[in-house]
Amino acid sequence: MKSEVLLGDEAVALGAIHAGLSGAYSYPGTPASEIMEYLRRVLNEGGFKAAWCINEKVAYEEALGVSFAGKRALVSMKHVGLNVAADPFMNSALTRIGGGLVVVVADDPGMHSSQNEQDSRFYAQYARIMCLEPADHQEAYDMTRAAFDISEQWNIPVMLRLVTRLSHSRSRVQPRETRAQNQMKYGEPRDWTLLPVNARRRFSRLMEKQDEFVKASEESEFNSLDLNADDRSLGIIASGIAYNYVREIIGESKASPSLLKIACYPLPLRQITTFFDHVDSVLVVEEGYPFIEGQLKGLFGIQEKTVHGKLDGSLPITGELQPHLVRKALKLDALPQKEAPGITLAGRPPQLCQGCPHADTFRALNQVLESYAQANVFSDIGCYTLGALPPYSAVDTCVCMGASISMAKGGADAGIYPSVGVIGDSTFAHSGLTPLLDAVLVDSNMVLVIVDNATVAMTGGQPTALSGDRLYQAVVGLGVPEVHIRIITPLPKNLAANAQIITEEIEYHGLSVIISSRECVQETRKRAKQERQG
Amino acid sequence: MKQDIILAGVGGQGILSIAYVIDNAALKAGLNFKQAEVHGMAQRGGAVQSHLRLSDEPVFSELIPRSSADMILSVEPLEALRYTDYLAPEGIVVTSRTPFVNIPDYPELDEVLEELRSLGNAVIIDSEALAKEAGSVRAQNMVMLGAASDSLFLSQDLLLEFIRELFDPKGDKIVETNLLAFELGRKAAASE
Repeated sequence: MKSEVLLGDEAVALGAIHAGLSGAYSYPGTPASEIMEYLRRVLNEGGFKAAWCINEKVAYEEALGVSFAGKRALVSMKHVGLNVAADPFMNSALTRIGGGLVVVVADDPGMHSSQNEQDSRFYAQYARIMCLEPADHQEAYDMTRAAFDISEQWNIPVMLRLVTRLSHSRSRVQPRETRAQNQMKYGEPRDWTLLPVNARRRFSRLMEKQDEFVKASEESEFNSLDLNADDRSLGIIASGIAYNYVREIIGESKASPSLLKIACYPLPLRQITTFFDHVDSVLVVEEGYPFIEGQLKGLFGIQEKTVHGKLDGSLPITGELQPHLVRKALKLDALPQKEAPGITLAGRPPQLCQGCPHADTFRALNQVLESYAQANVFSDIGCYTLGALPPYSAVDTCVCMGASISMAKGGADAGIYPSVGVIGDSTFAHSGLTPLLDAVLVDSNMVLVIVDNATVAMTGGQPTALSGDRLYQAVVGLGVPEVHIRIITPLPKNLAANAQIITEEIEYHGLSVIISSRECVQETRKRAKQERQG
Repeated sequence: MKQDIILAGVGGQGILSIAYVIDNAALKAGLNFKQAEVHGMAQRGGAVQSHLRLSDEPVFSELIPRSSADMILSVEPLEALRYTDYLAPEGIVVTSRTPFVNIPDYPELDEVLEELRSLGNAVIIDSEALAKEAGSVRAQNMVMLGAASDSLFLSQDLLLEFIRELFDPKGDKIVETNLLAFELGRKAAASE
């Protein structure tokens, strides 16, 4: 087969197809979105199913259903998406996975497009399953295929951990032959019905397998151990993308230090023991939290060996790794640097597009809230979070998907008035329906603004599940009185009228929902272009 | 033989199109390459950059180490200055002189250009005028790719092949515009 230029995300998608994928499920989230984007692009040639779902929990459970039927399933998400899917994720480790189930989680160290930099390897450890961590594009492809095999060998979900720099970089990938999909093979109810009587048996079984997972990790072709017989002073343990930075930096020196590459979890004990016996001190270089380093050190550290890494400040404990940080940790001299520019370089933060409907919504909202001393706007995850930045400065909170509504309700409970929530249409479908029902039940004194731009804009314009009339009907169906469901069109010419409607609903002491509805300008443009090109 | 290039610009200026052409030309030329880019929130009108690494030996790091880029190729002058800490002492800067002003505190253009000139190896191109001459102000990215082309170790023919391939779905006229933009950029850089 011909080699291809692929994003790390796309290499995973292609690896899954070639591994005999039957169903793939996801919710958009940077940096994982391009996995499903790729699968959707080649859907017609595929013979598999690939769908954007309402949220990551639903996506995970749909994948689980495919696995129950004996077929191979892929579920992909960004790191915080796994928080949403944590319930099925943790429990599925106790089922007897049938068709291979691969959970791809893309972490975002440095928070390029995220609200935290949690490290998903802890989740794999928490669920007591195996995890693979590719360093490059070819490994992203190969390990995805391998992950399906491991999953079917041990009847467990297998995690594939990516990070932004791999997900969103391109390189050459050499694909291999495609394998056929699995035949139907139904799961046994006693292995899938997690009543205590079954769950206890299944959990014991999972615990019994732990030593075998360690052995499997030790035998994994993806780990590598290179010992330098001449110099035992320092050895480096590296995993994932950090391994590339280490190779980049040590490539300059004549003699490479001993290097253990870890690509498979639980940790390969045998290689680590050999490595520790060989070297006097160790530098651990890993992207994310000090996951490997923390396990090596335990509570008291290792007698007579020094372990350097993020925990002792050799590398920064926050933010994304970069080659020059590895250089510094290895105590190599910094390269000569160009003089910094003599002028102040004004920052260029992301911003709402020209003509964005959210901008008109925030202008109207700001105009109204000026007349209240204590107004708070609880917002959510999406393009409209950029309303927090100047010139709008219209947002007080952004925590997680759906929290705008529940926090506005809690804020109202605490006495905040006006308590306003701002959420997008897709985020509302993802995690907003349940908190709105909670607010309906007590007729909470709050105003919820649903900014309906008819797309999942921030991640590149994926389809939304609740927009327009369907969104309206859902709000009605949850029990919001129709007289307090108002629809506005966020346009500059409607500023005064929209402000008037917002004022009326704030002055009404009870629950109101304002649907601010206008299509994303990027989508309008995209559609016009498609029509022009026929 | 290696070439490390920082591509810079503002979200929407088409630096990923430049990357597409170079990536595919590199693949066809049998070179190893890695190219890290920015998606998601940062793309919305913010500063964007891409690390592009070409080599006939294995490329390890997705990111170019600081102080070792051979070139900064920027579609916007202020953005070219943002990454000078990545530039090697002998590295060159190929940049547009057309500012993209979407922030209130954009510095004086003359000061920006002065800083660029003080870097030593800067090729500064009027990408807006040349793109207009080629037929579309949107073709500034291809003007800049043309301006950098003589310094890349990829053949003109390969680059032109993938410009054609990239714009082919948009019709012959747009293909011609971008090929001309590339040529005008190349000539402008040669006469600098």
